[in-house]
Amino acid sequence: MSLPLNPVKAASRHGVALGDRLFVVGGKWLLLMLLVLAVLMPLLAIFWRGFSGDAGQGGGLAAARALFASENFHWLLGNSLAVALTVAAIVIPLAYLFAYALQRTLIPAKGLWRGISLLPLLAPSMLPAIALVYLFGNQGLLRGLLSDNIYGFWGIVLGEAIYTFPHALMILLSALSLADARLFDAASSMGAGPWRAFSSITWPATRQAVFAAFCLVFTLTITDFGVPVVVGGDYQVLALEAYKAVVGQQQFGRGALICLVLLVPALLSFAVDAWLRRRQGEAMSGRAQVFEPKPSRRRDACFLAIVLVVCAVLLLVIGMAVYSSLVTFWPYNLSLSLKHYLFEDTAGGGWLAYRNSVTMAIGTALIGSVVIFCGAYLMEKTQSQRLLNQSLRLLSFIPMAVPGLVLGLGYVFFFNLNGNPLHVLYGSMGLLVICTIAHYLTTAQMTATTALRQLDGEFEAAALSLKAPLYRHFLRVTVPICLPALLDIIRYLFVSAMTTVSAAIFLYSPDTILAAVAVLNMDDAGNVGGAAAMSTLILLTSASASLLLAAASRGLLRRSQAWRQRAAAA
Amino acid sequence: MNNATPGAQMKVRNIHKRFGAFTALNDVSLDIAAGELVCLLGPSGCGKTTLLRCIAGLERQDRGELYIGERDVSELPPQARDYGILFQSYALFPNLTVEANIVYGLTGSGREQARQRVVEMLQLVGLSGSEKKYPGQLSGGQQQRVALARALAPAPSLLLLDEPMSALDARVREHLCTELRQLQRQLGITTLMVTHNQDEAMLMADRIAVMNNGQVEQYATPQAIYDQPATPFVAEFVGQGNWLPFQRSGDSQAQVGGMSMRLSPGSARASSGRLFCRPEAITVNPPVHEENLFPAKVREITFLGNRCRMSFEFKALPGHALLAELAPEAMPRLGSQDIWVALPPQSLQVFA
Repeated sequence: MSLPLNPVKAASRHGVALGDRLFVVGGKWLLLMLLVLAVLMPLLAIFWRGFSGDAGQGGGLAAARALFASENFHWLLGNSLAVALTVAAIVIPLAYLFAYALQRTLIPAKGLWRGISLLPLLAPSMLPAIALVYLFGNQGLLRGLLSDNIYGFWGIVLGEAIYTFPHALMILLSALSLADARLFDAASSMGAGPWRAFSSITWPATRQAVFAAFCLVFTLTITDFGVPVVVGGDYQVLALEAYKAVVGQQQFGRGALICLVLLVPALLSFAVDAWLRRRQGEAMSGRAQVFEPKPSRRRDACFLAIVLVVCAVLLLVIGMAVYSSLVTFWPYNLSLSLKHYLFEDTAGGGWLAYRNSVTMAIGTALIGSVVIFCGAYLMEKTQSQRLLNQSLRLLSFIPMAVPGLVLGLGYVFFFNLNGNPLHVLYGSMGLLVICTIAHYLTTAQMTATTALRQLDGEFEAAALSLKAPLYRHFLRVTVPICLPALLDIIRYLFVSAMTTVSAAIFLYSPDTILAAVAVLNMDDAGNVGGAAAMSTLILLTSASASLLLAAASRGLLRRSQAWRQRAAAA
Repeated sequence: MNNATPGAQMKVRNIHKRFGAFTALNDVSLDIAAGELVCLLGPSGCGKTTLLRCIAGLERQDRGELYIGERDVSELPPQARDYGILFQSYALFPNLTVEANIVYGLTGSGREQARQRVVEMLQLVGLSGSEKKYPGQLSGGQQQRVALARALAPAPSLLLLDEPMSALDARVREHLCTELRQLQRQLGITTLMVTHNQDEAMLMADRIAVMNNGQVEQYATPQAIYDQPATPFVAEFVGQGNWLPFQRSGDSQAQVGGMSMRLSPGSARASSGRLFCRPEAITVNPPVHEENLFPAKVREITFLGNRCRMSFEFKALPGHALLAELAPEAMPRLGSQDIWVALPPQSLQVFA
């Protein structure tokens, strides 16, 4: 037997190295450029716009002083804070109980409850609000149950609570998913009852997630204008004011100033959360034994009751929205028809808006997942260019702390700037895709990073020692192994792009109007039936896409079972 | 088997590497002859893995040169260096079959030729017929062989082994060490292996480089490392040993506590310091008189199967525990707590 094969030619070796440099260094610089253009510059534009005093736009230092001192502003701020805190106070305990029921008890049909509870994620924030109008509005189905109509504080709170519930639930589900059975055994061996075990083991391990969920709910609520637009009535909040300042009154400076105010709680909670995360450290060691709840009828009955009530409310609200979209003429002609789905009598954009949304969502999902996954790979698996890696990480964490409303306004300021060569993008589908990717970048990238970190750190070194170019290794090994995570990113980006209004509301043109924006416009024009129909369409589209991708993922896992299962066990 | 394809010689010249304030490698030089197997042995953090990664091009040294054969590879990227590497985790690609893993590095050759090569390599490591299996379907030892086959398939001139045995349980470890060593001899490929396990190093290496604090403390054959450790660190790290504080009292005489010990003529000239002695060099209750024979007291005896370990102290040096290793058949000779212990002069090594 002889060892030497064809000695690899020096020329091809250099070709390999050159290709890799292009892939690694070129990829990183390209990513940096994209992040600077799509994240950093728009944010800087907000500051610049907020503090420059162009006449008639309500910006500048003097205008800022006047705005922050005005009665009206204090009223708006108070309203926003009251709503956000009330929503958080309702949602967090409920979501915690719900998550606890799914992860730490033995209630039946967990998958079903989980599916129902995540439904609001698939629709824009206006959908629960529209349903509330049909339920408790002046001509609502259950109007008699309330002494006053729903428009105002409680309408906003209820709508936001339903909208934010699944967001909080996802954080708490993952926090409660892992528990070390040995800790509970140790506690019960020392005579601790279930309450003691909860307060000394479960609560300390999850309180950081509770805080994170609180921050998320608070930020989502305070920056959302979809719900207040529909059920706010005379009760005004800051996010709505910023929206109206820009879209209604062309007061860009004033909008920027309010955005800066809205940025404060987001940045603050983000910083505290990051600090807490670092302090908490690794909660689960690799050797932990998975906790299995023990049967307890009373506990399960209680939790099942809570879960049933929450699911019933969610189904009622979503069902109401779907039902109302099918009713011919509320409340006088309750026969069912598809009349609202023709979108004839409105200027909302109709089916054009829907087609645009699907196009935008597909573009966002495909382009976004490729860019984000490649970026995460380069940051995670190549050690050279340390400074570049750090700035990329920092930049890609910013969108997490920036509400969509703020980002969208930043895009208006930056891309609408005179003399910016990128101005051609303004109002185009391309810019909507870019903005949506930037908005949802951080979560998608964290999914990618988590998946990549589970791979053996020496894979790249092994590939290099075998003289294989890195990009080929990326395509042949990394991508196939991470395909489930990649599908998850695609699903997340698709659904987010279908439902988003916050950033897109400032960026569309008549040709590129989106479905979620159409919902808002139709509701504004009094065509609530059309708005309900469009919301339902969005919900159905997101749901089918999610189911399709879940099926694809399952099929993929089955096909690759030969290596995946055992590799995981080894 | 063709033995006329030796690996290249390898030269490491004055390598420096810092990570922030931490000096990982401090002026390390090493020569490895063609076909030799050298072990880098040392505690964790001594720089052995960093040196391996520098040679592989996975870390870039701050200063110094690396040569594989006559080629200066100091600045080359990993792909251009021509080596194969076996990682601690094996880093087999789980989504590729054994065959695809081995073919991975055979880009320059035709399909049929590559397939032929896979058959050859699997035969070489004793896993013929496993082409279509996935790494997850193999045992740890089998995975290691596949990883080795993959590393060797492109016929590199240097093989790097990064703690190759640490993921295996102790039972198969020794067996695989011997096999790996045989294979390496058979192929004549120059090999550098990193380990913290001295038994592995002793079992496999032609020469061992004992590293500590980013420097090579001693670079010699396993026997020389064990019998004539160059520094107290090497003496301490490799095997077991006893230390006795001494004062020089003559050319070949030293005072240890109240005892006067004879040293071998060639020993180092330090006027005071420590004497070093391996446990198995010590004789207990010798049937005939020996040099450096002193009264002592047994503290404890531990039975270890094929030998016994005895802890004792000299009566002239109470409280200073020493170790001796004895054959079990020597046990009956011990009799009581009071014994006589001899430290042969040629087994006493002097460190300043």
